[in-house]
Amino acid sequence: MSETVHPSDTPFVVGGRTFRSRLIVGTGKYRDNAAMVAAHAASGADIVTVAVRRVDLDRTKEEGILHHLDPARYFLLANTAGCYNAEDAVRYARLAREAGFNEFIKLEVIGDRETLLPDVAELLEATRVLVAEGFQVLAYTNEDLVTALRLEDAGCAAVMPLASPIGSGLGLLNPFAVRTIKRRLEVPVIVDAGVGTASDACVTMEQGVDGILMNTAIAEAADPVRMATAMRLAVEAGRLAFLAGRMPRREVAIPSSPITGMLA
Amino acid sequence: MTGPMVRISVNGEPRELPSGLSVLALLEQFALDPRAVVVEVNRAIVRRPALATTPVRDGDAVELVHFVGGG
Repeated sequence: MSETVHPSDTPFVVGGRTFRSRLIVGTGKYRDNAAMVAAHAASGADIVTVAVRRVDLDRTKEEGILHHLDPARYFLLANTAGCYNAEDAVRYARLAREAGFNEFIKLEVIGDRETLLPDVAELLEATRVLVAEGFQVLAYTNEDLVTALRLEDAGCAAVMPLASPIGSGLGLLNPFAVRTIKRRLEVPVIVDAGVGTASDACVTMEQGVDGILMNTAIAEAADPVRMATAMRLAVEAGRLAFLAGRMPRREVAIPSSPITGMLA
Repeated sequence: MTGPMVRISVNGEPRELPSGLSVLALLEQFALDPRAVVVEVNRAIVRRPALATTPVRDGDAVELVHFVGGG
């Protein structure tokens, strides 16, 4: 069901847990729950993200997402999406943990409503509080190395730089910065947000990062099951290409066929 | 309905309920499965084992949350 792990690859371990798939998928924005369930299965993901919101007391909207997710199959990663300060994010994280599944939290503290870029000061503050309370914090952040280092120092289980803004589908805008973060951090680096299509996922994994988290690219595809399949293959392809070690880039051509033995 | 009532807010909306209810009874009034929601009263989480013994008091601000789709 899940993608195969290359024999020479290291396991994907986050917060002391080992996962088979390096692709993490969201549960938002699907046309309907059946499309989501089918896309999740096609993605091969082990981890799915969920959000914490008020119950609709009048039942005019659909029920909670847990009716459509098998907790025995998927590891639920709750987020603090929509929070704009550390206090709110900590509150949401505590509520999420109380649901009783695990101590992992995808920590988002947004600083700007137009770009949804993170507020790194509040993010660091919330990280410190939650780590002290025993949470495994996976912090959504920008592609800034110094922030990533501070998040690691604060005890994050994983640091999650963006490829490009949430829901933008612009792909990996700064491969150098993401590669640098990966090179300098000990904890897993999971690229979160901005992947638009399979080639974006492949290029992102080729930077050597440990995994990718995506939602909109699959949920808003015309055919989410096909796109989820493409993403599964792209993540695996990108990971394999990284492990394989690409050839050097050259500004000149070098023939692939012998230059000797040509006809006179 | 007769008898004393309490005025509380549930998920930001004003509600009037018979006094003496527990938080668990409040969930039952909304037909909510206590295993599927997390309860906060006045910004403090009420853990599941305490739902039956935690009273709903006049003026309480109750939040009932669950997991929804998100990225």
